[in-house]
Amino acid sequence: MASEILEGLLKALTLIARGDPTLTEITLRSLAVSGLATVFACLWSIPLGVVIGLGRFRGRRVLRGAFNTLLGLPTVTLGLVLYLAFSRSGPLGSLRLLYSPAAIVVGQAVLITPIIISFVSSTLEAVDPDVRELALTLGASESQARLTVLGESLGGVALAITASFNRAIAELGVALMLGGNIRGVTRVLTTSIALETGRGELSLSIALAFVLLVIVAAVNASVNLVRRRI
Amino acid sequence: MNRNQTMILGVAIVILAAAGGLYVLQSRASSGKTSLVVSTTTSLYDTGVLDVVEEAFEEESDVDLYFISVGTGLAITHAQRGDADMILVHAPSKERAFMEDGHGVCRKIIAYNFFSIVGPGEDPAGIEGMSPVEALQTLVQLGREGSAVWVSRGDDSGTHTKEKGLWAEAGFDVNELVEEGWYREAGAGMGKTLQIADEFGAYTLTDMGTYLKYYKDGLIGLEVQVGAGEELINVYSAIAVSEVSNPDANFEGAIEFIEFLVSEEGQSIFAGYGVDTYGTALFNPAVSLLSDGGDPTTASWIEAAAYFDGSECPADYRAGQTKLYR
Repeated sequence: MASEILEGLLKALTLIARGDPTLTEITLRSLAVSGLATVFACLWSIPLGVVIGLGRFRGRRVLRGAFNTLLGLPTVTLGLVLYLAFSRSGPLGSLRLLYSPAAIVVGQAVLITPIIISFVSSTLEAVDPDVRELALTLGASESQARLTVLGESLGGVALAITASFNRAIAELGVALMLGGNIRGVTRVLTTSIALETGRGELSLSIALAFVLLVIVAAVNASVNLVRRRI
Repeated sequence: MNRNQTMILGVAIVILAAAGGLYVLQSRASSGKTSLVVSTTTSLYDTGVLDVVEEAFEEESDVDLYFISVGTGLAITHAQRGDADMILVHAPSKERAFMEDGHGVCRKIIAYNFFSIVGPGEDPAGIEGMSPVEALQTLVQLGREGSAVWVSRGDDSGTHTKEKGLWAEAGFDVNELVEEGWYREAGAGMGKTLQIADEFGAYTLTDMGTYLKYYKDGLIGLEVQVGAGEELINVYSAIAVSEVSNPDANFEGAIEFIEFLVSEEGQSIFAGYGVDTYGTALFNPAVSLLSDGGDPTTASWIEAAAYFDGSECPADYRAGQTKLYR
Protein backbone atom coordinates (compact mmCIF):
# COMPACT_ATOMS: atom_id res chain seq x y z
CA MET A 1 0.00 0.00 0.00
CA ALA A 2 2.64 2.50 1.09
CA SER A 3 4.61 1.98 -2.11
CA GLU A 4 1.57 2.78 -4.26
CA ILE A 5 0.88 5.98 -2.36
CA LEU A 6 4.51 7.03 -2.65
CA GLU A 7 4.42 6.23 -6.34
CA GLY A 8 1.25 8.32 -6.64
CA LEU A 9 2.88 11.25 -4.86
CA LEU A 10 5.92 11.06 -7.12
CA LYS A 11 3.67 10.91 -10.15
CA ALA A 12 1.72 13.93 -8.90
CA LEU A 13 4.93 15.90 -8.47
CA THR A 14 6.23 14.96 -11.93
CA LEU A 15 2.91 15.83 -13.56
CA ILE A 16 2.82 19.18 -11.78
CA ALA A 17 6.47 19.93 -12.52
CA ARG A 18 5.97 19.11 -16.20
CA GLY A 19 2.86 21.31 -16.30
CA ASP A 20 0.94 18.39 -17.78
CA PRO A 21 -1.72 19.99 -20.05
CA THR A 22 -4.49 17.51 -19.22
CA LEU A 23 -3.91 17.83 -15.48
CA THR A 24 -3.86 21.62 -15.75
CA GLU A 25 -7.06 21.65 -17.76
CA ILE A 26 -8.91 19.33 -15.38
CA THR A 27 -7.69 21.21 -12.32
CA LEU A 28 -8.70 24.59 -13.73
CA ARG A 29 -12.10 23.22 -14.69
CA SER A 30 -12.61 21.85 -11.18
CA LEU A 31 -11.67 25.21 -9.68
CA ALA A 32 -13.91 27.15 -12.05
CA VAL A 33 -16.94 24.88 -11.71
CA SER A 34 -16.84 24.60 -7.93
CA GLY A 35 -15.85 28.25 -7.47
CA LEU A 36 -18.82 29.36 -9.57
CA ALA A 37 -21.12 26.98 -7.71
CA THR A 38 -19.97 28.53 -4.42
CA VAL A 39 -20.52 32.09 -5.65
CA PHE A 40 -24.02 31.35 -6.92
CA ALA A 41 -24.97 29.37 -3.82
CA CYS A 42 -23.84 32.28 -1.62
CA LEU A 43 -26.18 34.66 -3.47
CA TRP A 44 -29.27 33.03 -2.06
CA SER A 45 -27.88 31.05 0.86
CA ILE A 46 -26.29 33.88 2.88
CA PRO A 47 -29.47 36.06 2.85
CA LEU A 48 -31.55 32.96 3.71
CA GLY A 49 -29.11 32.08 6.49
CA VAL A 50 -29.43 35.61 7.88
CA VAL A 51 -33.23 35.46 7.79
CA ILE A 52 -33.27 32.07 9.51
CA GLY A 53 -30.54 33.00 12.00
CA LEU A 54 -31.93 36.36 13.08
CA GLY A 55 -35.57 36.26 12.05
CA ARG A 56 -38.41 35.76 14.47
CA PHE A 57 -41.15 33.94 12.60
CA ARG A 58 -43.23 30.79 12.86
CA GLY A 59 -41.69 27.71 11.34
CA ARG A 60 -38.14 28.99 11.72
CA ARG A 61 -37.07 25.91 13.67
CA VAL A 62 -38.70 23.57 11.19
CA LEU A 63 -36.91 25.35 8.35
CA ARG A 64 -33.57 25.09 10.14
CA GLY A 65 -34.21 21.44 10.84
CA ALA A 66 -35.02 20.85 7.18
CA PHE A 67 -31.76 22.42 6.00
CA ASN A 68 -29.80 20.52 8.64
CA THR A 69 -31.35 17.29 7.35
CA LEU A 70 -30.43 18.15 3.77
CA LEU A 71 -26.78 18.28 4.90
CA GLY A 72 -26.97 14.49 4.91
CA LEU A 73 -28.27 14.12 1.35
CA PRO A 74 -26.01 11.69 -0.56
CA THR A 75 -24.50 13.36 -3.61
CA VAL A 76 -25.47 10.43 -5.83
CA THR A 77 -29.12 10.91 -4.88
CA LEU A 78 -28.98 14.63 -5.58
CA GLY A 79 -27.20 13.85 -8.85
CA LEU A 80 -29.91 11.37 -9.80
CA VAL A 81 -32.78 13.74 -8.96
CA LEU A 82 -31.17 16.54 -10.95
CA TYR A 83 -30.36 14.15 -13.81
CA LEU A 84 -34.06 13.28 -14.01
CA ALA A 85 -34.88 17.01 -14.01
CA PHE A 86 -32.31 17.96 -16.68
CA SER A 87 -32.79 14.83 -18.81
CA ARG A 88 -34.34 15.48 -22.21
CA SER A 89 -37.53 13.80 -21.06
CA GLY A 90 -37.47 15.66 -17.73
CA PRO A 91 -39.13 18.98 -16.82
CA LEU A 92 -35.98 21.07 -17.46
CA GLY A 93 -34.81 19.07 -20.48
CA SER A 94 -35.41 21.93 -22.91
CA LEU A 95 -32.64 23.94 -21.22
CA ARG A 96 -30.16 21.48 -22.74
CA LEU A 97 -27.93 21.72 -19.70
CA LEU A 98 -27.23 18.02 -19.17
CA TYR A 99 -23.61 16.97 -19.75
CA SER A 100 -22.37 20.56 -19.68
CA PRO A 101 -20.23 22.35 -17.07
CA ALA A 102 -23.21 24.58 -16.21
CA ALA A 103 -25.17 21.52 -15.10
CA ILE A 104 -22.44 20.64 -12.58
CA VAL A 105 -22.36 24.26 -11.38
CA VAL A 106 -26.12 24.17 -10.73
CA GLY A 107 -25.92 20.76 -9.07
CA GLN A 108 -23.05 21.69 -6.76
CA ALA A 109 -24.71 25.01 -5.90
CA VAL A 110 -27.82 23.11 -4.80
CA LEU A 111 -25.66 20.62 -2.90
CA ILE A 112 -23.90 23.27 -0.80
CA THR A 113 -26.91 25.52 -0.20
CA PRO A 114 -27.88 23.77 3.07
CA ILE A 115 -24.25 23.91 4.27
CA ILE A 116 -24.06 27.69 3.91
CA ILE A 117 -27.52 28.25 5.38
CA SER A 118 -26.83 26.06 8.41
CA PHE A 119 -23.38 27.52 9.08
CA VAL A 120 -24.48 31.13 8.62
CA SER A 121 -27.63 30.82 10.71
CA SER A 122 -25.86 29.12 13.59
CA THR A 123 -22.95 31.54 13.57
CA LEU A 124 -25.42 34.46 13.69
CA GLU A 125 -27.36 32.88 16.53
CA ALA A 126 -24.15 32.61 18.47
CA VAL A 127 -23.48 36.36 18.31
CA ASP A 128 -24.24 38.04 21.62
CA PRO A 129 -27.84 39.40 21.40
CA ASP A 130 -26.59 42.57 23.08
CA VAL A 131 -24.83 43.58 19.85
CA ARG A 132 -28.11 43.79 18.03
CA GLU A 133 -29.86 45.53 20.93
CA LEU A 134 -27.06 48.05 21.11
CA ALA A 135 -27.25 48.79 17.40
CA LEU A 136 -31.00 49.30 17.67
CA THR A 137 -30.59 51.57 20.71
CA LEU A 138 -28.06 53.65 18.82
CA GLY A 139 -30.70 54.35 16.20
CA ALA A 140 -30.00 51.65 13.61
CA SER A 141 -32.89 50.36 11.54
CA GLU A 142 -33.74 46.64 11.68
CA SER A 143 -31.76 45.84 8.51
CA GLN A 144 -28.79 47.94 9.66
CA ALA A 145 -28.82 46.03 12.97
CA ARG A 146 -28.77 42.75 11.03
CA LEU A 147 -25.80 43.93 8.97
CA THR A 148 -24.00 44.82 12.20
CA VAL A 149 -24.57 41.32 13.56
CA LEU A 150 -23.42 39.87 10.23
CA GLY A 151 -20.29 42.05 10.47
CA GLU A 152 -19.57 40.61 13.89
CA SER A 153 -19.69 37.07 12.53
CA LEU A 154 -17.72 37.42 9.29
CA GLY A 155 -15.35 34.68 10.49
CA GLY A 156 -18.21 32.19 10.63
CA VAL A 157 -19.45 33.26 7.21
CA ALA A 158 -15.95 32.79 5.76
CA LEU A 159 -15.87 29.32 7.30
CA ALA A 160 -19.25 28.54 5.72
CA ILE A 161 -17.98 29.59 2.29
CA THR A 162 -14.74 27.59 2.60
CA ALA A 163 -16.49 24.48 3.84
CA SER A 164 -19.00 24.63 1.01
CA PHE A 165 -16.33 25.18 -1.64
CA ASN A 166 -14.40 22.21 -0.27
CA ARG A 167 -17.53 20.09 -0.33
CA ALA A 168 -18.25 21.12 -3.93
CA ILE A 169 -14.78 20.46 -5.30
CA ALA A 170 -14.49 17.12 -3.51
CA GLU A 171 -17.89 15.68 -4.43
CA LEU A 172 -18.28 13.03 -7.11
CA GLY A 173 -21.94 12.06 -7.48
CA VAL A 174 -23.29 15.29 -8.93
CA ALA A 175 -20.34 15.83 -11.28
CA LEU A 176 -20.60 12.28 -12.60
CA MET A 177 -24.37 12.15 -13.06
CA LEU A 178 -24.84 15.66 -14.49
CA GLY A 179 -21.53 16.11 -16.26
CA GLY A 180 -20.97 12.59 -17.54
CA ASN A 181 -17.17 12.86 -17.16
CA ILE A 182 -16.74 13.84 -20.83
CA ARG A 183 -13.10 14.35 -21.76
CA GLY A 184 -12.31 18.01 -22.37
CA VAL A 185 -15.81 19.17 -21.43
CA THR A 186 -17.00 18.05 -18.02
CA ARG A 187 -14.08 16.01 -16.70
CA VAL A 188 -13.12 17.35 -13.26
CA LEU A 189 -10.70 16.08 -10.60
CA THR A 190 -13.10 13.76 -8.78
CA THR A 191 -14.54 12.18 -11.93
CA SER A 192 -11.02 11.59 -13.26
CA ILE A 193 -10.09 9.92 -9.99
CA ALA A 194 -13.09 7.59 -10.31
CA LEU A 195 -12.28 6.85 -13.98
CA GLU A 196 -8.59 6.17 -13.41
CA THR A 197 -9.39 3.92 -10.44
CA GLY A 198 -11.79 1.96 -12.67
CA ARG A 199 -9.06 1.75 -15.29
CA GLY A 200 -6.63 0.36 -12.74
CA GLU A 201 -4.35 3.39 -13.05
CA LEU A 202 -3.98 3.59 -9.28
CA SER A 203 -0.93 5.82 -9.05
CA LEU A 204 -2.54 8.36 -11.38
CA SER A 205 -5.65 8.29 -9.17
CA ILE A 206 -3.58 9.03 -6.11
CA ALA A 207 -1.74 11.78 -7.96
CA LEU A 208 -5.03 13.46 -8.83
CA ALA A 209 -6.28 13.12 -5.25
CA PHE A 210 -3.06 14.73 -4.08
CA VAL A 211 -3.69 17.72 -6.35
CA LEU A 212 -7.23 17.98 -4.95
CA LEU A 213 -5.93 17.98 -1.38
CA VAL A 214 -3.35 20.64 -2.18
CA ILE A 215 -6.11 22.89 -3.56
CA VAL A 216 -8.30 22.39 -0.50
CA ALA A 217 -5.36 23.03 1.83
CA ALA A 218 -4.41 26.19 -0.08
CA VAL A 219 -7.97 27.52 0.07
CA ASN A 220 -8.19 26.82 3.79
CA ALA A 221 -4.85 28.48 4.48
CA SER A 222 -5.69 31.63 2.54
CA VAL A 223 -9.11 31.95 4.16
CA ASN A 224 -7.49 31.59 7.57
CA LEU A 225 -5.08 34.39 6.69
CA VAL A 226 -7.96 36.66 5.66
CA ARG A 227 -9.97 35.76 8.74
CA ARG A 228 -7.17 36.85 11.02
CA ARG A 229 -7.19 40.28 9.39
CA ILE A 230 -10.91 40.88 10.06
CA MET B 1 -19.51 55.91 -0.75
CA ASN B 2 -20.75 54.42 2.49
CA ARG B 3 -20.20 50.87 3.61
CA ASN B 4 -23.50 49.57 2.25
CA GLN B 5 -22.90 50.94 -1.22
CA THR B 6 -19.41 49.44 -1.27
CA MET B 7 -20.85 46.09 -0.31
CA ILE B 8 -23.53 46.20 -3.00
CA LEU B 9 -20.93 47.20 -5.60
CA GLY B 10 -18.67 44.36 -4.48
CA VAL B 11 -21.46 41.80 -4.71
CA ALA B 12 -22.45 43.09 -8.15
CA ILE B 13 -18.87 42.74 -9.40
CA VAL B 14 -18.63 39.19 -8.07
CA ILE B 15 -21.94 38.26 -9.75
CA LEU B 16 -20.86 39.75 -13.07
CA ALA B 17 -17.50 37.96 -12.90
CA ALA B 18 -19.23 34.68 -12.07
CA ALA B 19 -21.72 35.04 -14.91
CA GLY B 20 -18.85 35.82 -17.29
CA GLY B 21 -16.90 32.82 -16.03
CA LEU B 22 -19.89 30.54 -16.52
CA TYR B 23 -20.35 31.85 -20.05
CA VAL B 24 -16.71 31.20 -20.94
CA LEU B 25 -16.80 27.73 -19.37
CA GLN B 26 -19.98 26.84 -21.21
CA SER B 27 -18.89 28.19 -24.60
CA ARG B 28 -15.55 26.38 -24.42
CA ALA B 29 -17.62 23.22 -24.09
CA SER B 30 -19.23 23.70 -27.49
CA SER B 31 -16.40 24.15 -29.96
CA GLY B 32 -18.70 24.96 -32.88
CA LYS B 33 -18.74 21.34 -33.97
CA THR B 34 -21.92 19.33 -33.54
CA SER B 35 -21.72 17.04 -30.57
CA LEU B 36 -22.57 13.36 -30.54
CA VAL B 37 -23.34 11.89 -27.13
CA VAL B 38 -22.33 8.23 -27.07
CA SER B 39 -23.35 6.23 -24.01
CA THR B 40 -20.92 3.36 -23.89
CA THR B 41 -20.29 0.23 -21.90
CA THR B 42 -17.43 0.63 -19.43
CA SER B 43 -15.38 -2.22 -20.91
CA LEU B 44 -14.88 -0.28 -24.14
CA TYR B 45 -14.18 3.09 -22.51
CA ASP B 46 -12.19 2.11 -19.44
CA THR B 47 -9.74 -0.01 -21.46
CA GLY B 48 -8.86 3.14 -23.40
CA VAL B 49 -9.66 1.89 -26.90
CA LEU B 50 -12.28 4.60 -27.44
CA ASP B 51 -9.70 7.31 -26.72
CA VAL B 52 -7.82 6.12 -29.80
CA VAL B 53 -11.05 5.87 -31.80
CA GLU B 54 -12.04 9.38 -30.74
CA GLU B 55 -8.74 10.88 -31.81
CA ALA B 56 -8.82 9.22 -35.25
CA PHE B 57 -12.49 10.06 -35.88
CA GLU B 58 -12.36 13.69 -34.78
CA GLU B 59 -9.36 14.29 -37.00
CA GLU B 60 -11.45 13.82 -40.11
CA SER B 61 -14.94 14.72 -38.93
CA ASP B 62 -16.88 17.79 -37.81
CA VAL B 63 -18.60 15.72 -35.15
CA ASP B 64 -17.37 16.08 -31.58
CA LEU B 65 -17.64 12.82 -29.63
CA TYR B 66 -18.94 12.96 -26.04
CA PHE B 67 -18.43 9.56 -24.43
CA ILE B 68 -20.39 8.75 -21.28
CA SER B 69 -18.98 5.58 -19.75
CA VAL B 70 -21.66 3.58 -17.91
CA GLY B 71 -22.89 -0.02 -17.76
CA THR B 72 -24.92 -1.36 -20.67
CA GLY B 73 -28.14 -1.12 -18.61
CA LEU B 74 -27.71 2.59 -17.88
CA ALA B 75 -26.46 3.29 -21.41
CA ILE B 76 -29.76 2.01 -22.78
CA THR B 77 -31.73 4.00 -20.19
CA HIS B 78 -29.86 7.17 -21.25
CA ALA B 79 -30.78 6.56 -24.87
CA GLN B 80 -34.43 5.83 -24.03
CA ARG B 81 -34.69 9.10 -22.11
CA GLY B 82 -33.25 11.06 -25.01
CA ASP B 83 -29.93 11.79 -23.31
CA ALA B 84 -27.71 9.96 -25.79
CA ASP B 85 -27.54 9.93 -29.59
CA MET B 86 -26.18 6.41 -29.84
CA ILE B 87 -24.98 3.54 -27.69
CA LEU B 88 -22.09 1.05 -27.72
CA VAL B 89 -23.19 -2.02 -25.78
CA HIS B 90 -22.78 -5.77 -25.41
CA ALA B 91 -26.03 -7.40 -24.32
CA PRO B 92 -27.91 -8.73 -27.38
CA SER B 93 -31.14 -9.51 -25.51
CA LYS B 94 -31.36 -5.96 -24.19
CA GLU B 95 -30.37 -4.52 -27.56
CA ARG B 96 -33.21 -6.39 -29.20
CA ALA B 97 -35.73 -5.04 -26.67
CA PHE B 98 -34.32 -1.53 -27.17
CA MET B 99 -34.85 -1.81 -30.93
CA GLU B 100 -38.28 -3.43 -30.71
CA ASP B 101 -39.44 -0.62 -28.41
CA GLY B 102 -38.74 1.72 -31.31
CA HIS B 103 -35.73 3.50 -29.76
CA GLY B 104 -32.83 1.88 -31.60
CA VAL B 105 -32.05 1.58 -35.31
CA CYS B 106 -29.09 0.84 -37.61
CA ARG B 107 -27.40 -1.71 -35.38
CA LYS B 108 -23.92 -2.80 -36.47
CA ILE B 109 -21.77 -5.42 -34.82
CA ILE B 110 -18.38 -3.77 -34.43
CA ALA B 111 -16.14 -6.07 -32.40
CA TYR B 112 -16.02 -9.18 -30.26
CA ASN B 113 -13.90 -10.92 -27.72
CA PHE B 114 -14.57 -13.59 -25.13
CA PHE B 115 -15.80 -13.60 -21.59
CA SER B 116 -13.83 -15.81 -19.23
CA ILE B 117 -14.47 -17.48 -15.94
CA VAL B 118 -11.46 -16.54 -13.82
CA GLY B 119 -10.45 -17.82 -10.41
CA PRO B 120 -7.51 -18.42 -8.06
CA GLY B 121 -4.38 -19.79 -9.78
CA GLU B 122 -4.47 -23.08 -7.83
CA ASP B 123 -8.10 -23.59 -9.00
CA PRO B 124 -9.51 -25.15 -5.80
CA ALA B 125 -12.77 -26.04 -7.57
CA GLY B 126 -10.90 -27.82 -10.37
CA ILE B 127 -12.97 -26.27 -13.16
CA GLU B 128 -10.08 -25.61 -15.55
CA GLY B 129 -10.92 -26.62 -19.09
CA MET B 130 -14.56 -27.46 -18.34
CA SER B 131 -17.39 -26.06 -20.42
CA PRO B 132 -18.95 -22.94 -18.85
CA VAL B 133 -22.12 -24.83 -17.89
CA GLU B 134 -20.18 -27.69 -16.25
CA ALA B 135 -17.97 -25.20 -14.48
CA LEU B 136 -20.91 -23.28 -13.03
CA GLN B 137 -22.63 -26.49 -11.92
CA THR B 138 -19.42 -27.57 -10.17
CA LEU B 139 -19.11 -24.16 -8.52
CA VAL B 140 -22.68 -24.34 -7.17
CA GLN B 141 -22.00 -27.73 -5.66
CA LEU B 142 -18.69 -26.71 -4.09
CA GLY B 143 -20.11 -23.35 -3.05
CA ARG B 144 -22.90 -25.05 -1.14
CA GLU B 145 -20.29 -27.25 0.53
CA GLY B 146 -18.43 -24.12 1.51
CA SER B 147 -15.31 -24.63 -0.60
CA ALA B 148 -15.86 -22.10 -3.44
CA VAL B 149 -17.01 -18.49 -3.66
CA TRP B 150 -18.52 -16.68 -6.66
CA VAL B 151 -18.54 -12.91 -7.08
CA SER B 152 -21.14 -11.40 -9.40
CA ARG B 153 -21.14 -7.91 -10.92
CA GLY B 154 -24.75 -7.51 -9.84
CA ASP B 155 -25.06 -4.18 -11.66
CA ASP B 156 -27.21 -5.02 -14.69
CA SER B 157 -24.27 -4.47 -17.02
CA GLY B 158 -23.67 -6.45 -20.20
CA THR B 159 -21.36 -8.83 -18.35
CA HIS B 160 -23.95 -9.31 -15.60
CA THR B 161 -26.61 -10.02 -18.24
CA LYS B 162 -24.32 -12.65 -19.75
CA GLU B 163 -23.71 -14.16 -16.32
CA LYS B 164 -27.42 -14.47 -15.62
CA GLY B 165 -27.89 -16.15 -18.99
CA LEU B 166 -25.14 -18.69 -18.21
CA TRP B 167 -26.67 -19.53 -14.82
CA ALA B 168 -30.01 -20.11 -16.52
CA GLU B 169 -28.31 -22.43 -19.03
CA ALA B 170 -26.73 -24.31 -16.15
CA GLY B 171 -30.19 -24.76 -14.64
CA PHE B 172 -30.11 -22.23 -11.81
CA ASP B 173 -32.13 -19.15 -10.97
CA VAL B 174 -29.89 -16.22 -10.05
CA ASN B 175 -32.60 -14.76 -7.81
CA GLU B 176 -32.30 -17.87 -5.65
CA LEU B 177 -28.49 -18.06 -5.82
CA VAL B 178 -28.09 -14.54 -4.40
CA GLU B 179 -29.67 -15.81 -1.18
CA GLU B 180 -26.81 -18.26 -0.71
CA GLY B 181 -23.72 -17.19 1.20
CA TRP B 182 -21.13 -18.31 -1.36
CA TYR B 183 -22.71 -16.17 -4.11
CA ARG B 184 -21.73 -12.56 -3.50
CA GLU B 185 -22.98 -9.57 -5.42
CA ALA B 186 -20.37 -6.84 -5.81
CA GLY B 187 -22.69 -4.23 -7.34
CA ALA B 188 -19.59 -2.68 -8.91
CA GLY B 189 -17.75 -2.20 -12.19
CA MET B 190 -15.58 -4.95 -13.70
CA GLY B 191 -12.26 -3.77 -12.26
CA LYS B 192 -13.64 -3.49 -8.73
CA THR B 193 -15.37 -6.88 -9.05
CA LEU B 194 -12.10 -8.53 -10.14
CA GLN B 195 -10.32 -7.03 -7.15
CA ILE B 196 -13.06 -8.26 -4.80
CA ALA B 197 -12.90 -11.77 -6.31
CA ASP B 198 -9.11 -11.69 -5.96
CA GLU B 199 -9.41 -10.69 -2.30
CA PHE B 200 -11.84 -13.56 -1.54
CA GLY B 201 -9.99 -16.13 -3.67
CA ALA B 202 -13.27 -16.35 -5.57
CA TYR B 203 -14.40 -17.09 -9.13
CA THR B 204 -16.08 -14.54 -11.39
CA LEU B 205 -17.10 -13.89 -15.00
CA THR B 206 -15.09 -11.14 -16.72
CA ASP B 207 -14.63 -9.54 -20.09
CA MET B 208 -11.11 -10.19 -21.38
CA GLY B 209 -10.24 -6.53 -21.94
CA THR B 210 -10.58 -5.46 -18.33
CA TYR B 211 -9.10 -8.73 -17.06
CA LEU B 212 -5.92 -8.47 -19.14
CA LYS B 213 -5.39 -4.86 -18.11
CA TYR B 214 -5.69 -5.68 -14.39
CA TYR B 215 -3.69 -8.90 -14.70
CA LYS B 216 -0.76 -7.37 -16.59
CA ASP B 217 -0.60 -4.45 -14.16
CA GLY B 218 -0.31 -6.90 -11.28
CA LEU B 219 -3.51 -5.73 -9.63
CA ILE B 220 -4.99 -9.22 -9.46
CA GLY B 221 -3.65 -12.77 -9.44
CA LEU B 222 -6.73 -14.51 -10.82
CA GLU B 223 -6.13 -16.91 -13.74
CA VAL B 224 -8.38 -17.77 -16.66
CA GLN B 225 -10.01 -21.15 -15.93
CA VAL B 226 -12.65 -21.29 -18.64
CA GLY B 227 -11.90 -19.23 -21.72
CA ALA B 228 -12.67 -18.79 -25.41
CA GLY B 229 -15.56 -20.87 -26.71
CA GLU B 230 -18.96 -20.55 -28.27
CA GLU B 231 -20.88 -19.99 -25.02
CA LEU B 232 -18.57 -17.22 -23.87
CA ILE B 233 -18.49 -15.02 -26.94
CA ASN B 234 -18.87 -11.31 -26.18
CA VAL B 235 -20.26 -9.21 -29.02
CA TYR B 236 -20.12 -5.40 -29.07
CA SER B 237 -22.59 -3.45 -31.18
CA ALA B 238 -23.29 0.16 -32.06
CA ILE B 239 -26.94 1.28 -32.22
CA ALA B 240 -28.20 4.72 -33.26
CA VAL B 241 -31.14 6.36 -31.52
CA SER B 242 -34.12 6.51 -33.89
CA GLU B 243 -35.09 9.91 -35.25
CA VAL B 244 -38.70 8.83 -34.94
CA SER B 245 -38.49 8.20 -31.20
CA ASN B 246 -36.30 11.25 -30.53
CA PRO B 247 -36.41 13.94 -33.26
CA ASP B 248 -33.68 15.90 -31.42
CA ALA B 249 -31.14 13.07 -31.59
CA ASN B 250 -28.07 13.68 -33.72
CA PHE B 251 -28.93 10.84 -36.09
CA GLU B 252 -26.67 11.98 -38.93
CA GLY B 253 -23.70 12.16 -36.58
CA ALA B 254 -24.51 8.72 -35.21
CA ILE B 255 -24.57 7.21 -38.70
CA GLU B 256 -21.30 8.94 -39.57
CA PHE B 257 -19.66 7.51 -36.46
CA ILE B 258 -21.07 4.02 -37.05
CA GLU B 259 -19.72 4.16 -40.63
CA PHE B 260 -16.32 5.04 -39.18
CA LEU B 261 -16.44 2.20 -36.65
CA VAL B 262 -17.11 -0.39 -39.35
CA SER B 263 -14.67 1.17 -41.86
CA GLU B 264 -11.26 -0.38 -42.41
CA GLU B 265 -9.64 2.38 -40.39
CA GLY B 266 -12.02 1.96 -37.45
CA GLN B 267 -11.72 -1.82 -37.47
CA SER B 268 -7.92 -1.69 -37.59
CA ILE B 269 -7.93 0.34 -34.35
CA PHE B 270 -9.71 -2.54 -32.60
CA ALA B 271 -7.33 -5.07 -34.17
CA GLY B 272 -4.26 -3.19 -32.98
CA TYR B 273 -5.31 -1.90 -29.58
CA GLY B 274 -3.42 -3.49 -26.72
CA VAL B 275 -1.05 -5.60 -28.84
CA ASP B 276 2.02 -3.65 -27.70
CA THR B 277 1.02 -3.57 -24.05
CA TYR B 278 -0.67 -6.92 -23.49
CA GLY B 279 0.75 -9.03 -26.27
CA THR B 280 -2.73 -9.59 -27.64
CA ALA B 281 -5.56 -7.40 -28.93
CA LEU B 282 -8.22 -6.65 -26.31
CA PHE B 283 -10.98 -6.61 -28.95
CA ASN B 284 -11.22 -8.35 -32.31
CA PRO B 285 -12.72 -6.59 -35.33
CA ALA B 286 -15.95 -8.28 -36.40
CA VAL B 287 -16.91 -6.68 -39.71
CA SER B 288 -14.68 -8.53 -42.20
CA LEU B 289 -15.15 -11.75 -40.26
CA LEU B 290 -18.91 -11.58 -40.76
CA SER B 291 -18.75 -10.55 -44.42
CA ASP B 292 -16.00 -12.65 -46.01
CA GLY B 293 -16.26 -15.72 -43.81
CA GLY B 294 -12.51 -16.02 -43.14
CA ASP B 295 -13.26 -17.81 -39.86
CA PRO B 296 -16.62 -19.54 -40.29
CA THR B 297 -16.57 -21.07 -36.80
CA THR B 298 -16.25 -17.78 -34.92
CA ALA B 299 -18.63 -16.11 -37.37
CA SER B 300 -21.25 -18.74 -36.65
CA TRP B 301 -20.78 -18.21 -32.89
CA ILE B 302 -21.37 -14.47 -33.32
CA GLU B 303 -24.43 -15.14 -35.45
CA ALA B 304 -25.84 -17.54 -32.88
CA ALA B 305 -25.22 -15.15 -30.00
CA ALA B 306 -26.02 -11.76 -31.44
CA TYR B 307 -28.04 -12.01 -34.67
CA PHE B 308 -31.73 -11.15 -34.64
CA ASP B 309 -33.80 -13.19 -37.13
CA GLY B 310 -30.67 -14.07 -39.12
CA SER B 311 -29.29 -10.53 -39.38
CA GLU B 312 -27.29 -8.08 -37.29
CA CYS B 313 -30.08 -5.61 -37.98
CA PRO B 314 -33.37 -6.84 -39.50
CA ALA B 315 -34.50 -4.78 -42.53
CA ASP B 316 -37.29 -3.05 -40.57
CA TYR B 317 -34.74 -1.41 -38.30
CA ARG B 318 -32.37 -0.03 -40.91
CA ALA B 319 -34.03 3.40 -41.16
CA GLY B 320 -33.15 3.61 -44.85
CA GLN B 321 -29.39 3.40 -44.21
CA THR B 322 -28.85 0.59 -46.70
CA LYS B 323 -25.23 1.64 -47.28
CA LEU B 324 -24.39 0.18 -43.87
CA TYR B 325 -25.62 -3.26 -44.89
CA ARG B 326 -24.05 -4.05 -48.26
